[in-house]
Amino acid sequence: MDLTPLGLVAAPLAAGVPGQRAQASSGQLLTACRLAWENDGRLVAMWGTDERYRQRGFGLRVVVEDREGLTLLEHTLPDDRARYPDVTPIFPAANRMQRATFDLLGIAAEADDTRPWLWAESHATREFPLRRDYTVSEPQASRQDEYEFVRVDGEGVHEIAVGPVHAGIIEPGHFRFQVVGEKVLRLEERLGYTHKGVEKRFASCSIDEGEKLAGRICGDSTVAYAWAYAQAVESAAGVLPPVRARWLRALCLERERLANHLGDLGAIGNDAGFAFGLAQFSRLREDVLRANATAFGHRLLMDVVVPGGVAQDLAFEHVHAMHDEAGRIARQVRRIREIYDEHAGVQDRFRGAGRASPELARTMGLVGLAGRASGEAHDLRCEYPCSPYDLLDVRMAVQSAGDVWARVAVRFDEALESARLLGIITTALLDPATMSPVQCALPSRTSANVAIGYVEGWRGPVMMALELDDDWTIRRCRPQDPSWCNWPVIEHAVIGNIVADFPLINKSFNLAYSGQDL
Amino acid sequence: MLGALASQILQVAVALALAPLLVGWVDQCRAWLSNRRAPSILLPYRTIHKLFVKDAVVADNASPLFRLAPYVVFGAMACAAAIVPSLGTALPFGTAADTIALVGLFALARVFIALAAMDIGTAFGTLGARREMFIGFLAEPALLMVLFTASLISGSTSLPTIVDTLAHGPLGIYPSLAFAGVAFTMVSLAENARVPIDNPATHLELTMIHEAMLLEYSARHLALLEWASALKLFNYSCIGLALFVPFGVASGANALAILGAAPVLIAKLAVGGALLALIETLSAKLRIFRAPEFLATAFLLAVLAMLVKLLLGA
Repeated sequence: MDLTPLGLVAAPLAAGVPGQRAQASSGQLLTACRLAWENDGRLVAMWGTDERYRQRGFGLRVVVEDREGLTLLEHTLPDDRARYPDVTPIFPAANRMQRATFDLLGIAAEADDTRPWLWAESHATREFPLRRDYTVSEPQASRQDEYEFVRVDGEGVHEIAVGPVHAGIIEPGHFRFQVVGEKVLRLEERLGYTHKGVEKRFASCSIDEGEKLAGRICGDSTVAYAWAYAQAVESAAGVLPPVRARWLRALCLERERLANHLGDLGAIGNDAGFAFGLAQFSRLREDVLRANATAFGHRLLMDVVVPGGVAQDLAFEHVHAMHDEAGRIARQVRRIREIYDEHAGVQDRFRGAGRASPELARTMGLVGLAGRASGEAHDLRCEYPCSPYDLLDVRMAVQSAGDVWARVAVRFDEALESARLLGIITTALLDPATMSPVQCALPSRTSANVAIGYVEGWRGPVMMALELDDDWTIRRCRPQDPSWCNWPVIEHAVIGNIVADFPLINKSFNLAYSGQDL
Repeated sequence: MLGALASQILQVAVALALAPLLVGWVDQCRAWLSNRRAPSILLPYRTIHKLFVKDAVVADNASPLFRLAPYVVFGAMACAAAIVPSLGTALPFGTAADTIALVGLFALARVFIALAAMDIGTAFGTLGARREMFIGFLAEPALLMVLFTASLISGSTSLPTIVDTLAHGPLGIYPSLAFAGVAFTMVSLAENARVPIDNPATHLELTMIHEAMLLEYSARHLALLEWASALKLFNYSCIGLALFVPFGVASGANALAILGAAPVLIAKLAVGGALLALIETLSAKLRIFRAPEFLATAFLLAVLAMLVKLLLGA
């Protein structure tokens, strides 16, 4: 995106993908967002930061992505009475980000929707934990009942409240349905039940402790988060990890993708009442996780990716085992895919359920796996391949139907593609050309104060933004899960479906709770 | 007469005792069919025992109906077990209640559990109750039609008489019963909350039918309801066996014959349970609005069975 016509001075952004950053006034912020939108762009993240201690008031950061990469727009508010422009008319996904920014920092947008997003439960709404002068106060009485859901009136319309405590053992989220009979007229989500102050915690972490915390933001995407964090740190340091570390990272990321896709494919089958699929895919996923535990000492590969490289090398026997395993899993996945495809009952449940049309996906900024199932052909591994993906030639899986079936099809394609990539990666790891140390040292001073890591996790692009002092003190760290952009789309995708199909539709998106509540 | 009474009591006792075993067996078969290691066949007994020793928690706004319903449902299912000839046809109680009364007993249980589900006023209870009545009003006519077909053959609506006619009368092949058999299988799946209509293993409250109505129950109430649904499955299986494979059921109150009928019954139930597990494993759950198509097919087949009997006399 060319910012010069807006009168903005763009500086290069230290990031894993092409990027630029610019200071923007409120008018320029809106124009830049509009320009990004017209340039096929979408909102990636929005967060605030308290810079009063540096006499800079409050900072608002907006990251947009378009065909040319990331643009970080930095806006300054003199005090907490100032407002920044509402960008929801351009990017609907901004609604919850703006509300969460207010809950955490107390700076508000010029928006109509001022309901709290995170703070309805047991916290005073006028206390803002991300301010540097915040002190912890006593928890207060629950204020959950005050939250105003949008209601639908009419003959025979009634409300179904689901969660945050569910009949099964799943993460907490509240879903408020307005239904007539079995048909859903409206759904409103309410998240934030697992907010635990991750961003506040980052501010007291050293750069190495930060890696541990980053790997625990979202357990199912721990490699993606750890890599995004490491990428941000390495961008700020201006170093590139050794070649073997890069191959090992790709190995971990693809194994994480494969394990999650296998788990989801089984769980989606199970939600359609096809328990056979769950049993088969659970077994395959378990094979992958156990091989992880044997080779790396952790089933989900936590703490394998560290700033500067990876924590440990992989023994040759494990590389060989993973090579064979990839081929075996691909064969079995193909076989079960035939069963899914030929099962009339399963196909009847999948087809047409929870449709997010390509137009809706574009308008709402649907990203990642769900986006690719609705025709949004974006995959960081293809568009901005970082090493070693530049050598891998990843084949992007895209569908345009946007229903449960399409999300299942994309998962199948990506699982098989990951298995293929794992075959190539394991071969490369046996190549003498990739023999090198697996870690490099970081310089004692940073070369950039703002850096962004951006990695295609299995759910979608995971972003880690770091604001650092020269001596590596973390001023602010913002992890951004793709779920922020995708949760609002579910509210639209279920309209007109029957209530009983919601769990299936929700599972086909399988978005993060804890990873987005932070 | 005393022998008949003993036979009656024995049959109800066998039903009460074996019903959880049948559920355990079906669950085992389901696990094996999806390459899983199976839970113990005794798991349903342990669950019921566990629930009986727990303290019951009842919602503040529960009416006496809510507390009463588990006993009514359990009573109705135990009563039904007294009408269905599982071991022998010497059932003094059978003369007091025929197949229509049997369908009525099932309906009574259904009405009570649905009312109890709505009693608390939660969204899920109401949702489940609504769906249950929806399935029920589609399934009941089909069930009646199946039973009428068998009644036409034997000239009686009393189940023991039907079984006597089919099992001990002159050997005859009834094409009408073939249609009725398929219809009955479909109805049984729907009535017992099995895949493809409902999923007894689901934990997704929004998709539940039967389970949604039990969400507010705990401890002994829940134990009774779990036991009652096991009994219901047992009863339906025995009705199916009585109508379509009646061989081996003892006629009269001969103690030896009744004891001899027990292994036959267990063998037939084992095969039936395995077939049920096979159907469940092979199917996905239907969208709830496909249930009318499914049950209308069952009704159509039941009507065909009757027409075959009436028009062709076969």
